[in-house]
Amino acid sequence: MADATVARSYPFGPIHGLEIDPMYFWLQEHEPLARVKLPYGEEGWLLTRYDDVRTALGDARFSLAEAAVRDVPRLTPQRYGGILTDQDPPEHTRLRRLVAKAFTARRVEQLRGRAEQITGDLLDEMVKAGPPADLAQALAVPLPGLMICELIGVPYADRDQFRDWVGAWMSVTALTPEQRGEYIAQLAGYVAALAAQRRQTPTDDLLGALVTAQEEGDRLTEDEVVQLTLVILAAGYESTASQIVNFTYALLTHPDQLALLRSRPDLMPGAVEELMRWVPLLAVADVLPRYALADVELSGGTVRAGEPVLLAKHAANRDPRRYDDPDRLDITRDAQGELGFGHGAHHCLGAPLARMDIQTALTALLQRFPNLRLAVPESELEWKTGMAVRGPVALPIAW
Amino acid sequence: MNERWKITVDRGACLGSGVCAGTAPSHFRLDDGRSRAIREDIEPDDIVLDVANTCPAEAISVYNAAGHRLAPDTT
Repeated sequence: MADATVARSYPFGPIHGLEIDPMYFWLQEHEPLARVKLPYGEEGWLLTRYDDVRTALGDARFSLAEAAVRDVPRLTPQRYGGILTDQDPPEHTRLRRLVAKAFTARRVEQLRGRAEQITGDLLDEMVKAGPPADLAQALAVPLPGLMICELIGVPYADRDQFRDWVGAWMSVTALTPEQRGEYIAQLAGYVAALAAQRRQTPTDDLLGALVTAQEEGDRLTEDEVVQLTLVILAAGYESTASQIVNFTYALLTHPDQLALLRSRPDLMPGAVEELMRWVPLLAVADVLPRYALADVELSGGTVRAGEPVLLAKHAANRDPRRYDDPDRLDITRDAQGELGFGHGAHHCLGAPLARMDIQTALTALLQRFPNLRLAVPESELEWKTGMAVRGPVALPIAW
Repeated sequence: MNERWKITVDRGACLGSGVCAGTAPSHFRLDDGRSRAIREDIEPDDIVLDVANTCPAEAISVYNAAGHRLAPDTT
């Protein structure tokens, strides 16, 4: 049983690169239900074991809606959350099913050809400019951005402007709350205008489908249409871009795995699952703590009704109770069940699209560049700081 | 109301996301990482239609007594 009287200060300390603080693994072993205090909000329990994290993600006794009305443990004065992430089933399900259609594995597969074409065009430009190139700017950032534009239905002529807004909004450089609010307001205004056009002229893109759902009954308000579009952007853009960079970095620094994947392109889908498991996208626990609605028995003790839990998904994905030799990157491993995309009712809506974007990017890089390599020594890479998603600021490559 | 619905889960297509079991735990559970309907023959319940329309793998289908598929809507 954990000692409920002493709360550790969280997050633990500075981290470098894609390292995971050893404290997580100590807790996993000795204190699977660890009391923590974040800079803001009430104290909570930090979960580090795979089974516990998976239970908190997938079990309906853990609520996100409750987090919206509580003094939730958090890193910043403002709480993170909004439409979809502040709701539990069945309210959450009512909204999610309207957007889920656009993101099924089958619908996303229909976009693969388009993703390959965009990737090819971006790599053509990169080659034309010559090495070295920053993989982030050349491919990893524009590809998911353009694919989301395709899906939402942002007209071609508006895409540069749209990308600038989203880029500024997602930027890792510190924006003041006022600046951030301004960008979001501009973006929201733009999406509202695009939705208004679709009310005049229906389209078969995601925004068109949301507008139709709005018109066909009172299922969706105009504000919900805009908020759903923004949350899809916020959740799907920077994370996918960062993982394309991180996964490429991971392969380049694990030459045996890179060589294996080159010789066995059929391993790509499984390799992406394993990279999802192995690469810690977030520096800290999931930004969305859950609240227990009832007493729940976990491996380290009982979480009482009304208590919040923080989920260290990156540590859970390295739990030796679930994965043999968990720190080893092994693209032949069955990584199914990894928690990078979450689990349960809030499992990442865009997971099929993210997988397809990443598979397409990595496949093209390996096929076109037999001599792909880092253009600077690994020790010279500059890493993003702060609490946003992790990754190198830039990934200079040569070929 | 004597109408009954039938739930089928294609465990080969299932990706194990847990969306179904997390959303409607009275109807679905994960078994060995893949979804299973707790009962295949159920009283009509709209939540299973929403779940079938939310499954990322479209692995869940719901039929009415006449054998007409109610969800997912794949148009």
